[in-house]
Amino acid sequence: MDAKERMHIPYQEMPEQPASERVHNFDEVNQGYSEQQALAEADRCLQCKKAPCREGCPVNIDIPGFIAMLREKKFAEAAAKIHKDNSFPAICGRVCPQERQCQAVCVVGKKGEAVGIGHLERFLGDWLMAHEDDEGVHTGSAQQPAPTGRKVAVVGSGPSSLTVAGELARKGHEVTIFEALHTPGGVMVFGIPQFRLPKEIVAWEIGQLAHVGVEIRTNMVIGKTLTVDQLMEAQGYDAVFLGLGAGSPIFMGLPGENLRGVYSANEFLTRVNLMHAYRDDYDTPIRKARRVAVVGGGNTAMDASRCAIRLGAEQVTLVYRRSRVEMPARIEEIRHAEEEGLNFQFLTNPVRFLGKEDVEGMECIRMELGEPGRDGRRRPQPIEGSEFVIEADQVIIAIGARVSPLAPLAAAGAQLDDRGHIITDPETLATTRPGVFAGGDVIGSEETIIAAMRDGRKAARAIDQYLSTRSS
Amino acid sequence: MFKIVERRQLAEATHLFRIEAPDIARAHQVGQFIIVHASEHSERLPLSVADVDPQAGTLTIVVQVLGHSSQELTLFEQGEGFRDVVGPLGQPTHIENFGQAAFVGGGVGCAAGFLMAKALKAAGNYVTSIIGFRTKELIIFEDELRQISDELLVTTDDGSYGKPGLVTEALSEALDAPGLDFVLTVGPVPMMAAVAHTTEPYGVKTVASLNPIMVDGTGMCGACRVTVGGETRFACVDGPEFDAHQVDFDELAARLKMYSGQEREAMAHGPHDCKLDPVIDKFNEG
Ligand SMILES: Cc1cc2nc3c(=O)[nH]c(=O)nc-3n(C[C@H](O)[C@H](O)[C@H](O)COP(=O)(O)OP(=O)(O)OC[C@H]3O[C@@H](n4cnc5c(N)ncnc54)[C@H](O)[C@@H]3O)c2cc1C
Ligand SMILES: Cc1cc2nc3c(=O)[nH]c(=O)nc-3n(C[C@H](O)[C@H](O)[C@H](O)COP(=O)(O)OP(=O)(O)OC[C@H]3O[C@@H](n4cnc5c(N)ncnc54)[C@H](O)[C@@H]3O)c2cc1C
Ligand code: SF4
Ligand code: SF4
Ligand code: FES
Repeated sequence: MDAKERMHIPYQEMPEQPASERVHNFDEVNQGYSEQQALAEADRCLQCKKAPCREGCPVNIDIPGFIAMLREKKFAEAAAKIHKDNSFPAICGRVCPQERQCQAVCVVGKKGEAVGIGHLERFLGDWLMAHEDDEGVHTGSAQQPAPTGRKVAVVGSGPSSLTVAGELARKGHEVTIFEALHTPGGVMVFGIPQFRLPKEIVAWEIGQLAHVGVEIRTNMVIGKTLTVDQLMEAQGYDAVFLGLGAGSPIFMGLPGENLRGVYSANEFLTRVNLMHAYRDDYDTPIRKARRVAVVGGGNTAMDASRCAIRLGAEQVTLVYRRSRVEMPARIEEIRHAEEEGLNFQFLTNPVRFLGKEDVEGMECIRMELGEPGRDGRRRPQPIEGSEFVIEADQVIIAIGARVSPLAPLAAAGAQLDDRGHIITDPETLATTRPGVFAGGDVIGSEETIIAAMRDGRKAARAIDQYLSTRSS
Repeated sequence: MFKIVERRQLAEATHLFRIEAPDIARAHQVGQFIIVHASEHSERLPLSVADVDPQAGTLTIVVQVLGHSSQELTLFEQGEGFRDVVGPLGQPTHIENFGQAAFVGGGVGCAAGFLMAKALKAAGNYVTSIIGFRTKELIIFEDELRQISDELLVTTDDGSYGKPGLVTEALSEALDAPGLDFVLTVGPVPMMAAVAHTTEPYGVKTVASLNPIMVDGTGMCGACRVTVGGETRFACVDGPEFDAHQVDFDELAARLKMYSGQEREAMAHGPHDCKLDPVIDKFNEG
């Protein structure tokens, strides 16, 4: 096949649960490529010599390389190629913002739909899970290295932490994960809903860690239950990794914000995902609402909106202060939400929440985009006199999050910057405290799972180095 | 699994549990609380630490049955265990020698505030404990508090024991005699609000330990937000204790009813319907 023929192969659409059905359940929306589809999609890749897609991927996966293997149906080898740079293909294939990363620069995408790199990655990740017991298949947990006698404490269990733990355990270090919540997985478990990232996949990845001897201790709030000092001095940990995330919700400080029915997206999503409020067999309460207003434009806002739709709200309205093109959410998420009936109010911002004890509505003001601000994005400005009311018996605020107020305690002397992020060396992710490293959202990384994973790899290399240079 | 090493009923719908949780017991400071997640399907319930034994590695909690989740805890027997216990959470109580201090407790708050009163005494304060209950059958922690208080006053709403009336009446008398420097209150929201209201004209520093609805207890959800001095604070990390004269108690009371409609549903249809139901109805009405 020459390039021209390849360019004529139609893009393989991801099979999806129809919108009319999926609004009634929390099952995964995307159903995954069949083998035939994966092979067809792989055929669309031009195997570019310079492969710009690799540059677009934060961890520089050998994309043409794995696609070439996939074409030959060497699925195990293809998956292994991805694994060299990305510990979680089944996860990243599902939730990476591909349209801004690898697929944004794919050559095929210049004239039509880019190669579905994420979909192919997902196909291989899923294949690996389904064939983990086959001969010759390595899931990354097979090798049992000689113990080094070194102990590493990993705080938090988001993607950065899980990566650090896996990498170091495979080098023979004794690794313990300390997680504050009762279930490990970080945002992948309490934030991102089941219909986008099934929890079974995260659980499988965590299971892989158990195979290489990683111990996971839940209900451990570092800084409270145990401190880094205790870990390093009394419990013999030689190094510590802090993957605390940035999970503390930001509120707007508007009148009426503490009315009943006004939620942070974090609370709403935690109740729904971690605490399974959507299932009858769990005791978690959540207010069932008829009309829901969601404030924000990122993945969090999309996830909250789509959960609200699935919980049975008659109308869900998304209020975002900029316009559609500026929305930071993944494009697929925006499209899915729209298909599910989400009502978008762009260039709109809340000014106050109305109601006596229960929220009854949200007064909003229309915005227009003015001059670009310091970040280069045009600044939204209120249009005077344009106030109007959106009726709502539930409001979910999803305008962002900051580092946990517990981070300074957990960091135990490692320095934080004025935005609360832990300061690290960009090469080694070492903090200002010897033996303590950090990565992911808590150091201000790009707020993606793949960036957190990349940080985890980087820190694991540096920690391994640090352990080997320390005299025993 | 966090093993229940002791369990007994203290009063009607009021139960004491001693739980094995060595890490938390070692780290706990007076005023900090824990969260109990009894089973995979349960809510996460914030509870005060009524007593702690760092050597034995145990914590004591006293639970009053209010709704479905507190009721569920009472289904756990000695020897069984709770799936998750996390802590110690929140800020420790600020303890110093104020001079004359009063501890004002209501209902299960008498257990929840026991360690605080004890610490005030240990810091050299002259401690007057004023504890109130609806009726004689509900009295708890009387002996424990008597041991660590210089004076102990018990009130009952119906006059069936001690001084008839509300704790605030006894507190007013204590305030009229000069010398009271500090008041710490733990109990139902209306009681803490009334205590704050009572001490305010006297200008006596008053601290209340708040009990909003919580989820994670680590500053990640904002469910526990309370308005203090016109500002939103997260009770789980900034509190649970705040200057009672600055707290918006009406808002707290309203937010505690966030799920009351749903709760009744769970109580009616829940899998754990049991003989306690009539008792709970009484509590919800009361
Ligand atoms: C709703 C939502 C949707 C998202 N969607 C996407 C998406 O589609 N694609 C994408 O790439 N990214 C998405 N993100 C962003 C992505 O999830 C995060 O960037 C990523 O999870 C950060 O990983 P992390 O390793 O920093 O830790 P996190 O996943 O943030 O986890 C941190 C963990 O540390 C624990 N912890 C914190 N403090 C302590 C302590 N003191 N002691 C013990 N444990 C502690 C926390 O409980 C938590 O489990 C989304 C985020 C949210 C909130
Ligand atoms: C820091 C902290 C410490 C606490 N310490 C204790 C303790 O030591 N012992 C104890 O029994 N409880 C304590 N609580 C309260 C406890 O966590 C539960 O909220 C309470 O037991 C109700 O649980 P439920 O789900 O059974 O009832 P729910 O189903 O939540 O509610 C039943 C009824 O009780 C009311 N209610 C709900 N929550 C509260 C509350 N927090 N206080 C008063 N009324 C409420 C509701 O309006 C509703 O009508 C504490 C709370 C906090 C935040
Ligand atoms: S990890 Fe993400 S960015 Fe990299 S190739 Fe995979 S989907 Fe693309
Ligand atoms: S840029 Fe696109 S076509 Fe070229 S190698 Fe990468 S995926 Fe294939
Ligand atoms: S309980 Fe979640 S922030 Fe306080």
